[in-house]
Amino acid sequence: MFDIVIVGGGGAALVAAIEAAALGKSVLVLSKHYPTQSQTSMAQGGINAALYPPDSCDSHIQDTLKAAAGLAQETIVQEVCRAAPKAIEWLDSIGMPFSRKGEAIAQRRLGGASHPRACYAQDYTGLKLLHTLYDNAVKLGVAFRFRTFLLNVIEEDGVCKGVSILDMARGKVEQILAKAVILATGGYAKMYGALSTNGFGSFGEGVAAAMRAGAKLSDLEFVQFHPTALKKSSILISEAARGAGARLIDQEGQEIGGELWTRDRLSRAIFEAMEEGREIFLDMRHLGEEFIEKNLPQERKLALLYEGIDPIKEPLPIRPVAHYTMGGIDVDEHMQSSIQGLYAVGECANAKLHGANRLGGNSLLELVVLGKKAAQSAAQRQQPPQKKLFERTKIDANFIKAVFTLPNQIDFWERQEFLSKIMYHNCGIVREEMRLKGVLSVVRQHQKELAFMGVRDKSPLMNKELISFLEYGNMVELAEAVLVGAIQRTESRGAHFRADYPQRDDEKFLAHTMIWKEKGVLCADFKPV
Amino acid sequence: MKIKIKRFHPHFEPPSIDMEYAVQETATLLDALLQIKRQKDRTLTFDYMCRSGVCGSCAVRVDGKEVLACQHTPKDGEYIEPLSVVDVIRDLSVRLEDALVTLERSKAYPLDMQKIAMSEEDERRIERQSDCILCSSCFSSCPVYASNEAFLGPFALSRVWRYVADKREQAKKEHIDAVVQNGIWDCTLCGNCTEVCPQGIDPKNDIMMLQSKAVQFGYQNPNLGGFGSFGLEF
Ligand SMILES: Cc1cc2nc3c(=O)[nH]c(=O)nc-3n(C[C@H](O)[C@H](O)[C@H](O)COP(=O)(O)OP(=O)(O)OC[C@H]3O[C@@H](n4cnc5c(N)ncnc54)[C@H](O)[C@@H]3O)c2cc1C
Ligand code: SF4
Ligand code: SF4
Repeated sequence: MFDIVIVGGGGAALVAAIEAAALGKSVLVLSKHYPTQSQTSMAQGGINAALYPPDSCDSHIQDTLKAAAGLAQETIVQEVCRAAPKAIEWLDSIGMPFSRKGEAIAQRRLGGASHPRACYAQDYTGLKLLHTLYDNAVKLGVAFRFRTFLLNVIEEDGVCKGVSILDMARGKVEQILAKAVILATGGYAKMYGALSTNGFGSFGEGVAAAMRAGAKLSDLEFVQFHPTALKKSSILISEAARGAGARLIDQEGQEIGGELWTRDRLSRAIFEAMEEGREIFLDMRHLGEEFIEKNLPQERKLALLYEGIDPIKEPLPIRPVAHYTMGGIDVDEHMQSSIQGLYAVGECANAKLHGANRLGGNSLLELVVLGKKAAQSAAQRQQPPQKKLFERTKIDANFIKAVFTLPNQIDFWERQEFLSKIMYHNCGIVREEMRLKGVLSVVRQHQKELAFMGVRDKSPLMNKELISFLEYGNMVELAEAVLVGAIQRTESRGAHFRADYPQRDDEKFLAHTMIWKEKGVLCADFKPV
Repeated sequence: MKIKIKRFHPHFEPPSIDMEYAVQETATLLDALLQIKRQKDRTLTFDYMCRSGVCGSCAVRVDGKEVLACQHTPKDGEYIEPLSVVDVIRDLSVRLEDALVTLERSKAYPLDMQKIAMSEEDERRIERQSDCILCSSCFSSCPVYASNEAFLGPFALSRVWRYVADKREQAKKEHIDAVVQNGIWDCTLCGNCTEVCPQGIDPKNDIMMLQSKAVQFGYQNPNLGGFGSFGLEF
């Protein structure tokens, strides 16, 4: 039996694994991909830390709180921003190849930041961070199991006992018990399907599994839309481009402005301009080939491949798409969920660092600072669970068997594409009660119809259709919770904008939206900040 | 447009067959595979994640050459196969464990990093190598595996060079010690790895760099030893 089981293989998981191993704990990392295939690899812009004057930790704290629009917890913001310079130093000490300016770690300015504050490694910040962490985890002999798909959290009397998983290559359901479990399964912005910057992995199974086990979730309706993704492929063009002077224009060459606004504001401005029938472009021609090749080589390559456009010669057609989910598993200052022994960290958790709107570069920072903290907290747990086959595991094994016998009258993939689209248009950048309720009724219909869906591929071995179906099932469950949150919050704040309630209402809503399930029924409430 | 895909399922008889699919033109091979899976054949199995060339999960071989499915524009008549050298689980989905273990065996991780200032130039020296996405394309292309399964292989050795070349790393000798067996001298310097790397990394060159570093530490190229014993001098 392991002291700590970590589900996920991204930045948050690997930081937690390294810390747990350093504390002498036996740790097992489970993930549905190989760790270096995690979404953390996609982060380009950078990781925030106030390293040199005139920037300061106080300024970093202020910027973070301002973007958070009242929903961040000040103590966590202070803790993370103050720990940031040390986090960068730690990364540097374990080999992270940050770009340099002279002999100092180079920094650039991302939206909403008062100073250039994001440390980066060309436009491969997340990639190099993830690989540096992986190398160090290998060095420490951390145990990994790849291609293990989380099914459920095993909980008894409010205490977490372990997880049930599907071994994808063999198609077998197993239980893995531990003294403590850390979920680091990433966010759920892929719920918006093709209209999301995220990779095919961020459907939110960890968050949904926590909810099924009885854990509380919070602030799920706060989904960040990134203002500049390539129009056809939703591939992100990093804020670094705008930070360096790229301009937003429409088809007539008219300036849109707001290049350095926070993401929520700028996404809305672009969305509204597009609703008026304007086409929006990101123009970086004036930055020149040398600059683009040095700082944005990935973006250039992808624009050529997917849009057939060279940003050196032509403006890039863009649109805002879902990018990051601020909400998630509600955790306390020790990263513990409302289930004892179940911890969560990274994008799947809501540690109340980002509040209603995340600043670019603060998420990678969160992985490093709070990933360590999650491991330290989980390391405190001494009580091993009883060794027995838990009911949960039996149910899950039977469930997987049953999926193969479902009738397949309805194609889940079509359903998924449809749901993603209506989520974007009605529970996206601009929301409104009737439309949200419309989507909610569709979601409930989809839930009922799950029993008429199923998989056509009947092989137990590496059945990726089964995995996609499970992802969709989790997505439908979680979408309901996101919608309920969005309906309940009859105000506008940060990333949540209600056309029917365009004002912020601190009297009623300076509070976290709490959502949980009791005996399968969704419950919701507000908890004052 | 038609593409042909090598299918594999260990429980079927025969386990391997080629299947041809008609697809609409797409920007990437990954899009074509997704099109087949969604519209035609749910059993087609392949891996993918980021669709932007950084997660390293979608490497396959097209007409014998390794590419990332999400970065390759498919053409009529192409033949798609899984990576070679690694074990195939099903269709294009492979087990990367055997490739990844080379990182452990070659100590492709920091051993003794010190707090030393790095200049832009110092950083640039390890920039390319640290662009590696662990897609295993190079591993699949390497001919040495036909005769030596224990070979440490291109991406692991490139990564070792990345740490040796890192100004902060002090234990350079220990790194070299870890790659002289089944490592730097077993490479034939054929350059296949360099040719297929989607990130423009040059493992062959990195291996040569490791070789000269090894010579500095007193190691001899065992392949040259043979000439020495005949007393020949060039
Ligand atoms: C294109 C892009 C660019 C970004 N740029 C930046 C940036 O510049 N700066 C910044 O701070 N942030 C950035 N972000 C956000 C940041 O990258 C993410 O928030 C962060 O990497 C999340 O890390 P994580 O460890 O929480 O999760 P992830 O990296 O998403 O990892 C999740 C892990 O969980 C595993 N997993 C998921 N579900 C299951 C399951 N059911 N069973 C088993 N395992 C599972 C996955 O395999 C994966 O290993 C960006 C995001 C995107 C998409
Ligand atoms: S150069 Fe060496 S490592 Fe690269 S493919 Fe050829 S033999 Fe393998
Ligand atoms: S060196 Fe290149 S080909 Fe080899 S694993 Fe790394 S990125 Fe892939």
